[in-house]
Amino acid sequence: MSKDNQGDLWEVFIQPKAGRPHKHVGSLHAYDKEMAMKSARDLYTRRQEGVGIWIVKAEEIISSQAADAESFFDPSDDKIYRHPTFYEIPDGIKHI
Amino acid sequence: MNNNLFTYCLRLGDNGLILSHRIAEYCSAGPQLEEDLAITNVGLDLLGQAESFLKYAADIKGAGTTEDDLAFKRKEKEYRCVHLTEIPNIDYAFIMARQFLMDTYNFYLFKKLCSSKDTIIAGISAKAIKEITYHLNRSSDWIVRLGQGTDESHKRIQTAFNDLWMFTDELFETDEIEKDLANQGIGVDSSSLKKDWENKIKEVFSLAGLEKPTIEKHSLAYGKFGFHTEYLGFLLAEMQHIPLLYPDAKW
Amino acid sequence: MMEDSKKLEEFQAKIDADVKIEPKDWMPDKYRQNLIRQISQHAHSEIIGMQPEGNWLTRAPSLRSKKILMAKIQDEAGHGLYLYCAAETLGVKREQFLKWLHDGVAKYSSVFNYPTLSWADIGAIGWLVDGAAIVNQVSLQGTSYGPYSRAMVKICKEESFHQRQGYEIIVNLANGTKEQKQMAQDALDRWWWPSIMMFGPHDADSAHSNQSLKWKIKRESNDELRQRYIDKTIHQGEHLGLTFPDENLSWNDKTNHYDYSPIDWDEFWNVVKGNGPGNKARLAHHTKAHNDGAWVREAAIAFQEKQKLKSKIA
Repeated sequence: MSKDNQGDLWEVFIQPKAGRPHKHVGSLHAYDKEMAMKSARDLYTRRQEGVGIWIVKAEEIISSQAADAESFFDPSDDKIYRHPTFYEIPDGIKHI
Repeated sequence: MNNNLFTYCLRLGDNGLILSHRIAEYCSAGPQLEEDLAITNVGLDLLGQAESFLKYAADIKGAGTTEDDLAFKRKEKEYRCVHLTEIPNIDYAFIMARQFLMDTYNFYLFKKLCSSKDTIIAGISAKAIKEITYHLNRSSDWIVRLGQGTDESHKRIQTAFNDLWMFTDELFETDEIEKDLANQGIGVDSSSLKKDWENKIKEVFSLAGLEKPTIEKHSLAYGKFGFHTEYLGFLLAEMQHIPLLYPDAKW
Repeated sequence: MMEDSKKLEEFQAKIDADVKIEPKDWMPDKYRQNLIRQISQHAHSEIIGMQPEGNWLTRAPSLRSKKILMAKIQDEAGHGLYLYCAAETLGVKREQFLKWLHDGVAKYSSVFNYPTLSWADIGAIGWLVDGAAIVNQVSLQGTSYGPYSRAMVKICKEESFHQRQGYEIIVNLANGTKEQKQMAQDALDRWWWPSIMMFGPHDADSAHSNQSLKWKIKRESNDELRQRYIDKTIHQGEHLGLTFPDENLSWNDKTNHYDYSPIDWDEFWNVVKGNGPGNKARLAHHTKAHNDGAWVREAAIAFQEKQKLKSKIA
C-alpha cells in the first residue's frame, strides 16, 4: 500500500537581527526536521529577513483557547499598579 | 588577451550556466512546493556564479564583449561545460544525483579557488563557496533520504548514480591550460580534487546505503575541451532562441 | 439555535469593529467555506501562474532577465505556499486542496489559461496581470481572517518588484527596434482584456460578493477594484506610445474615471468553464508533476519513519 502525503506542518520563527526575539513568520510542510529547517531557510530568508531560525511542529504548539479569553486575559484589566505611570513622583525628581 | 585565463573562466562559468538551465527547466515540476522553491535557490546561485565568471571572461576578451554575448552567442563547440551538467532531467533521482556529484566537485574546487592569486577569481569564489556549502549539505541530505527511503527510491537513486558515473571521469581531467594556471597559483589542477571528492562521495554513499559504481572512462572528448553530448545542442537552441532571432535587439 | 444566533451577532460585531478572526475563534460555517474556497483558489492561481512564465524561463534573452524571472516564478511558488498554509488553518489539508484542483473541482484565475506567445508576454504578465493582482491583494491585506491577512501583507511586500520587472521589459521593448515595439503592442492587445476580467463578474452578477463584503473577506467590490486598475494603468501604456485595444477608452471628467467598453463575458465564462486555450495543458502539467513526485514524497515519509524508529531504539 503506497503512502503519499504532504508531510507535517511546521511553524517558522525568524530572528531578524542578533539580539532580537524570534518572530513567527509562517508555516511550511516537511517530512523531517532537516528538511523543515532547510525549507524554512529557502522559503523565509530569501530577502535577508533573518539571522536565526526556529522551527516547531505545528501539532506540538499548545495554544490558549479563544473560549478562555475572558478568564485568561481580562483579569489583568484593572491591575494598573503594574505600570510605572500609576505612580506619582514629586516634581524635580530624576532617574527613577 | 590571456587565452588560458579566458578559457578557464569559461569553464567555471559554463558549468553554472548549463546546470542552472537544467534547474530552470524543472521549474514548477518539483515533488512538493517547498522543494520547487529550494531547488530554484540553487539554480539562482549557480546562475549568479556563471554571470560573474562570464563577465570576467568578457572583460578579458575586451572589445566590448559582454557576459550576455558569451552566454547566448557562442557556437556549441565554444562552450566549456562538463558533460555532467548537460544531462537532462530524467527524474528527480537523476536531478539530485547530478547535483550532488557537481556540488561535491564544486565544493573542493571553490575552496581552493578562494585563495587564487587572481583577486577576481578569489572574490567570486569567496561568495560562491558559501552557496555551494549549502548546496552540498542539501543534496547530501536528499541522497541519504532517497537511498534510505523506499525500495523504489533506493533503486532509482542507485540507477541514477550508475548511469551518471561515467561522466564523473571528466571532472578530474586536466590539460595544459589548467596546469599553467595552477602553477601560477591562479587556477586548480582538477586531478588534485579527486581524492577529497571520492572521500565525500564514499561518506554520503555509506550513509545512504548506496554502492559506488565502477569507473568507466567514457570518452576522451570532453565538454571542458569543447566536445559535447548530443543534449547540449538542443539546450542551446532553446536558450539562444531570442538572441539569435533578433541579433540587433537589446533586452 | 439561540446560541448560534448570539454567536453570529458577536461574530458580526467583531467584524464590524475590524477585529481579526483567528483559526480557533468561532465562525459561521459559511464564512469558513467561503474562505476555504477563496484562499485556495488564490493559492492555485499562484501555482498555476508559474507555468505561463516558466514557458519563457529557458528562453529568457539575457542573464539578468533570466535571474529575475526565475526569482519571480519562485516567489509565485512561495505565495502559493503561504496561501495554502493560511487555508489549512481552516481545517483542510494541502493534499485535499491539490486533489480538488486536479479533479477540476477547484478553480484558479482564468487569466493563466492564456498562452504566452512571445517574450513580451512576460512583460505583459508582470505589468498587467500582476498589476491587476496587486490592486486586489493590497485591498485584501485588510481581510477579516487573520492568517489570510498576514499572508497578503507578506505577499504584497514581495510582489512589489513583480510589476516593475514586467513594466521594465515592456519599456525596453517599446524603446527597442521596430520589431520589439510591435511585440510589446501585440502582447498588450492580447493581455489587456484578460487582465480586466481578472476582477471577476460585475458586482450585480457576482455570486459570492455581497456576503464576502459583509464579512469583510473582501474589502472592495470587483468593479471598484477593476476601475482602480484601469485608471492607474492607462497612463503607463500611453507613456510608452502603446495603444490599448479599446476604442471607447476615454477619461470621464464627471466620474473622474476612465470609461471602457463592455466586457465580453462570453469569453470569460468560456475560459472559466475550462474551454480556454491552456486549461487542459496547465492542469495536466500540474497533475503530472504531482504524480511524478509521489515516489519522492513516499521516500521522505519512509525515511522519517525509519529515523523515528532508530531514535526509539537508541
